Amino acid sequence: MPDLRELYQEVILDHNRRPRNFQKLEGANREAEGYNPLCGDQLTVYLHLEDGVIREISFQGSGCAISKASASMMTATVKGKTVAEAEGVFETFHKMVTADLSTTFDPLEMGKLAAFAGVREFPVRVKCATLPWHTLHAALEGKPEPVSTE
Amino acid sequence: MKAVNALTGLDATRQPHAAFDVERIREDFPILKERVYGKPLVYLDNAATSQKPTAVIDAVTRYYLAENSNVHRGIHFLSERATQAFEDTRAKVARFLNASDPREIIFVRGATEGINLIAQSFGRTRLKPGDEIIISAMEHHSNIVPWQVLCEEAGAALRVIPIDDDGELLVDEYGKLLNAKTRLVSLVHVSNALGTINPVKRVVEMAHSQGVPVVIDGAQAAPHMPIDVQELDCDFYVFSSHKLFGPTGVGVVYGKAHLLEAMPPYQSGGDMILSVTFEKTLYNVIPFKFEAGTPHIEGVIGLGAAIDYVAGIGLDRIGAHEAELLAHATQAVAAIPGIRIIGTAKEKASILSFVLDGVHAHDIGTVLDQEGIAIRTGHHCAQPVLQRFGVPATARASLAFYNTKEEIDALVRALHKVTKLFG
Repeated sequence: MPDLRELYQEVILDHNRRPRNFQKLEGANREAEGYNPLCGDQLTVYLHLEDGVIREISFQGSGCAISKASASMMTATVKGKTVAEAEGVFETFHKMVTADLSTTFDPLEMGKLAAFAGVREFPVRVKCATLPWHTLHAALEGKPEPVSTE
Repeated sequence: MKAVNALTGLDATRQPHAAFDVERIREDFPILKERVYGKPLVYLDNAATSQKPTAVIDAVTRYYLAENSNVHRGIHFLSERATQAFEDTRAKVARFLNASDPREIIFVRGATEGINLIAQSFGRTRLKPGDEIIISAMEHHSNIVPWQVLCEEAGAALRVIPIDDDGELLVDEYGKLLNAKTRLVSLVHVSNALGTINPVKRVVEMAHSQGVPVVIDGAQAAPHMPIDVQELDCDFYVFSSHKLFGPTGVGVVYGKAHLLEAMPPYQSGGDMILSVTFEKTLYNVIPFKFEAGTPHIEGVIGLGAAIDYVAGIGLDRIGAHEAELLAHATQAVAAIPGIRIIGTAKEKASILSFVLDGVHAHDIGTVLDQEGIAIRTGHHCAQPVLQRFGVPATARASLAFYNTKEEIDALVRALHKVTKLFG
């Protein structure tokens, strides 16, 4: 039986209670919206992108603890990174939360984001964890239409 | 004298105070013995779909073991047997709804397809630019979008009856919306998101006083209360088999015969015709005009068994047991700190929707799941009504007659775990 504490790690609960960078970003030059039609989660990711570097990032919206904490920790992680670096983190993150349970990953490489490894045991919650990242990806690409998990 | 409908359980010979033996009833539902993560299954997601009694499972099995063949076609023994079982169900549904004639019962895929049938076949022919259709603020998407699509095509407008903070329909506001441009009213009988039981008889009377026909979406009502379409005098009534303890993939449209007769077919193909030449096709009579192609035969037969089963218990007794459970659940859940019940109408059935301060419904659902408790979380395909209450999602426990007080207590214990984890 999957353990709830694996899913709801302290750091996730903390970011859910006190999400970081949780506001509209004044002077943003990129933004994208993401929806999970299954549960009604919705968020907007704001970016200030300059010379291929994410200078500022914030988000707003409503969602479950997993999506909110994921968004919060994402903003903290990619701030100051280049577009290519951020996309690289997304790729590793995505692999981690969708990998089967036997796959190991390097916790050092993931840093704090390793807290989301428990999501693997809750397949219906994977979309909650990845929605912010898909939305970030859309903002980086400058896609005009909203992102959907479906 | 109005015939008393034995199928709805309103039989005068039934003892109204006969004990409701929920443990005996649970024996009829094999799935209720399942364990989830080693814990007993507590199934409180009945508004999404209901569980099936052995009688229904057996009827479907029996069809494939001994009756399988196509209906309305064969000259052979099996086809006659299948056709008989299929048409018997039509008669059972007619009695279940107290329709005056089985020809007024059309089988479709579900309540959603039922509304689409009415929208496309009945609505489309009546709408012109500037006309209006009235729905309510508590509709399921299936009773919003088909009308939206139709209005857009016709240049007509959708009008919405507002509700109050308890989730009750504002009947006076509805009266103001009714006017010479109104072509149709389509209203949910019991709200899937709030549990509100709407005063549908009054709504029909008010519409009819202005010559406006009324569609009732009974998807959440049919499993919980006796329905009498003649007493309601509604023009159409739809419900789904799978919420009434029958198979998925079957729904019912009741329509007044004179309206159905005047309507064009919804889909075309086999079975809905009298004769076909390349020059002209003559349509079949009702109800067959609306049933193109081979139907969901085993599903319909299973629905027949479900209706027999429910009638054997009696919807009056079902309603009484559920009302007691809902009152207990409402009191116990509302007492948990931080919980707000969404939908507090005086007349409610089955549904307990709630939000918890600082905890998203999705997280509540995951914690409850770990305790073996199945509830629905999210917007319940009724986003506008959640917007009305200013919440993006709710957690929803929905009861059936096989649920017990002990299961409600398990729900309450699990909710305390939620508040502890996220507190």
